Amino acid sequence: MPVKTLFVDPSRCIGCRACEAACRECDSHKGESMVMVDFVDRATSVATQPTVCMHCEDPVAPCAQVCPVMAILITPDGVVQQAETSRCIACRNCVYACPFGVPKMDAEARLMKKCNLCYDRTSRGLQPWCAQACPTQALWYGDYEEFVNQRRGRAVRHTVFGAQEVRTRVCHVLPEEQSRLDVVALLKEAQLAAAEANLGFAPREEAWVL
Amino acid sequence: MSVNKDFFRPGRDFNYDFQAAGEPPMGWPEADRLPESLVPTHCCFCGVQCGMYLRLSEGRVTGVEPRDFPHNRGSLCPKGVVAYQQVNHPDRLTHPLIRRGRGPGTAGRLERATWDEALDYVVGRWRDLQATHGRDAVAVYSGSSMTNEKCYLMGKFARVGLGTRHIDYNGRLCMSSAAVAYAKAFGLDRALLPMTDIPLTDCLLVVGSNIAETFPIAMIWLWRARDNGARLIVLDPRETATARTADLWLPVRPGTDIAVLNAMLRQIIHDGLIDEPYIDGRTVGWEAVRAAVEPYTPQEAERIAGVPAERVVAAARLYGRAPRSLILHARGLEHSTHGVNGCLACVNLALARGQVGKPGSGTMMLTGQGNGQGGREVGQKANQLPGYRHIDIPEHRQYIADVWGIPVEELPWEGAAATEMVGLMAAGQIKSALIICSNLMVSLPENAVVQRALQSLDPLVVMDFFMSETAELADVVLPGSVWCEDEGTTTNMEGRVVKINLAAEPPGEARRDWEIICDLSRRLGRGQHFPYRSARAIWDELRQASRGGVSDYFGITWEKIDAQGGVFWPCPAEDHPGTPRLFAERFAHPDGRARFFPVEHAPPAEEPGGDYPFRLTTGRVVYHYLSGNQTRRLGFLNGQAPEPWVEIHPQAAARLGIQNHDRVRVRTPRGAMEVQALVTPTIRPDALFIPFHYGHEQAVNQLTNPAVDPTVKIPEYKVCAATVERLPSPPAPLPEGEGRRPSPPAPLPRGEGRPRVNFTAANAPKMFPYATGESRSPAEEEGKVY
Repeated sequence: MPVKTLFVDPSRCIGCRACEAACRECDSHKGESMVMVDFVDRATSVATQPTVCMHCEDPVAPCAQVCPVMAILITPDGVVQQAETSRCIACRNCVYACPFGVPKMDAEARLMKKCNLCYDRTSRGLQPWCAQACPTQALWYGDYEEFVNQRRGRAVRHTVFGAQEVRTRVCHVLPEEQSRLDVVALLKEAQLAAAEANLGFAPREEAWVL
Repeated sequence: MSVNKDFFRPGRDFNYDFQAAGEPPMGWPEADRLPESLVPTHCCFCGVQCGMYLRLSEGRVTGVEPRDFPHNRGSLCPKGVVAYQQVNHPDRLTHPLIRRGRGPGTAGRLERATWDEALDYVVGRWRDLQATHGRDAVAVYSGSSMTNEKCYLMGKFARVGLGTRHIDYNGRLCMSSAAVAYAKAFGLDRALLPMTDIPLTDCLLVVGSNIAETFPIAMIWLWRARDNGARLIVLDPRETATARTADLWLPVRPGTDIAVLNAMLRQIIHDGLIDEPYIDGRTVGWEAVRAAVEPYTPQEAERIAGVPAERVVAAARLYGRAPRSLILHARGLEHSTHGVNGCLACVNLALARGQVGKPGSGTMMLTGQGNGQGGREVGQKANQLPGYRHIDIPEHRQYIADVWGIPVEELPWEGAAATEMVGLMAAGQIKSALIICSNLMVSLPENAVVQRALQSLDPLVVMDFFMSETAELADVVLPGSVWCEDEGTTTNMEGRVVKINLAAEPPGEARRDWEIICDLSRRLGRGQHFPYRSARAIWDELRQASRGGVSDYFGITWEKIDAQGGVFWPCPAEDHPGTPRLFAERFAHPDGRARFFPVEHAPPAEEPGGDYPFRLTTGRVVYHYLSGNQTRRLGFLNGQAPEPWVEIHPQAAARLGIQNHDRVRVRTPRGAMEVQALVTPTIRPDALFIPFHYGHEQAVNQLTNPAVDPTVKIPEYKVCAATVERLPSPPAPLPEGEGRRPSPPAPLPRGEGRPRVNFTAANAPKMFPYATGESRSPAEEEGKVY
């Protein structure tokens, strides 16, 4: 049976935070959003980026690997659950371990909190609230075949952070030519481009007609 | 923009404050209860009218669930998700209020009153005023964010209950210029296509619309089109979320769109891309347009509009070579002293390419308000009777008089447009007004004048469910109902009539709006004309009243709406399925042909000059709806955008010594306001942008120009001359890593320079040669099928 998962395409994100508003409506954590939407750099662009739990698989999620009390459980279909509330000791190991910055510590409740792919909904065949609400399908829920059939871009589940590599259950949508998301390489590229622009080699934008 | 959560301060980073985003005012008490039932309904906000389910627990509205409706497919924007939180909101008005102690030098206070007291006072005053000053001394200012039933009732109440000619509505401020343009060009005013047609197109030209923030759910269909390979061209002074990923962005100077659109048409003609068989077979007036656009070379467009000539040519070719192309236009084009012409320029492009009347192509106006389409059809417009009938045409008057059971002589003639009412109030011709579903103090331009006009009324009666900035000035406030406390229909921006269902009862002593109106009518002695026991009875009368009109709702029953997932008007018979696509074979003009109208670029009423070097434009944020009276009270939404800001380009900011987050003062010839600066390259260096959803000293309509389009009196919100200056303020604590603040620059030199004034409301050329409300000779009826 095809695996249904989330596809995250930041190029479509309009920063409306419908995902955040919708996430807060879930009965299991009403009032708290496990999705985060951030401006990439408002000083240069209106671009925004949603962050959801990527549900890493390699071999188990880094957050689960480091949990001293094995509170972070992973379902047979690969969904990494929020730390089991009866076990979580609020040690924050998962917060430090996650390469995507997803788990958050609720200081008041002394519990780790994160997205569990709306397990109450998705295990019954519904969509998670964030993808259900998303007006642009920047967050989109379905299986890989459906994605390839309906959408442009390349769904990638391989992310590289320098020496650390993770495979994830949730896919990022990248331009066709990229087979993996190499964060360090992209950062270097951006720094280079910025340096060139500063030196006047490559004008970053066309001149305004005023 | 919204609150930037981009930077985390040490100590906060790993202790994410889950509650910081704002809790609904009533808390989350029902969080762990299971829903007992789901009520299918639609969102109360924008013109998309997304389907949604409201969750009911123990008879209370406690949440929302996705509903797979044809045009939103279960998606909701953030406004839609939290819309339900208005129902049990603590700010709701729960009893009538009357202003007491008003006298010379004192405004008095709004105090609790009973319904009998409030309504009898209002009716007593109205009887006195009408006896002394004539029936037109009382006006009704209505709105379109409510059901067709209520909109219809407001028109009937003004004309039958009060017998006044002065009834108009806030759609005047919205898309009235597009409505007139479509009526002139096509003979009928409605979007030509359902949104679900958008993916069929090959090229999308978006003119003056930030769809991503204003109609987020319409982006579903835009992206489906783009996934199918469609190109996207965006005409906007700002690089909005819509424009950011577009194939081509035309950064137009505010108020100069027509120059670009005409230049594109010229280029299409020169490239031989016009559809001559279509022009010959289905349209009238092409030669005049061909001649009119000839002077608009790409270089001329670059000179007028500031869009590089190559981009104009590229846009013309992308658009002109697409087999199916669709133009989407909205307020950026329409809020202008030449708004009608702007829309006609779009229509000319689409007609020249032979696009109108085919699936997935043509033009589509994006009507803004929830029921913006329905509200302008059912007879609450100054010159209009239900079913798009015209108040000047004798047969139309006779038909409606018969439906209403009154002698036709009693039916008033045309009244003042909403924007003209303010002048009549200030001049003392309108002595009292009933305002419903409108917040004039936020929505009308130059609101200092509006405030004086409203304060000159005695009594000003406001019906609302939250204490709006306008209700604060009222003498009598009548507490009404939010959308899901009533039932009825709305007509969304596609022309699809959908059904709003009842999910709750109004709180406290608040009542349903139509019940209040019927009660007022009874007390005015006109109760025999308002015998309704339910919203459905109003709907059935509305169907009858629209029968045979342009917007024929006769065949639309509530059952049919449920069965079909909405019904598109015109739907003249009960066995008629409705009309999703218009003009497949003929246009609505008597000869079946569309009209070309040559349009020329005209400068906006006020242009930069002297001390006012910028063009100020205003617009929306995704988190707020219209005047913000609803959305500013919903924690999640307000938390994202709690106050307005001004967007300014880094080049301009550097010249003025303005840094990001600085407090600045924006001035126009009408006033000044203080806001925070957002320095960003996503706006033209000669333009400023401020969102308009805020009240009091945060209202950008303190600054905007009250000049209106001579035809439809839509105000020019989208451009006026302005300047901006940095305020000396104590340096705020800086977030880490933002560097040291340079010393403040010397203040700007002040001169006596005034902006260039092209024309104002007072000296605007009048297209109608008659004074307000006078009827016209038959010769002037041309093109007035609307």
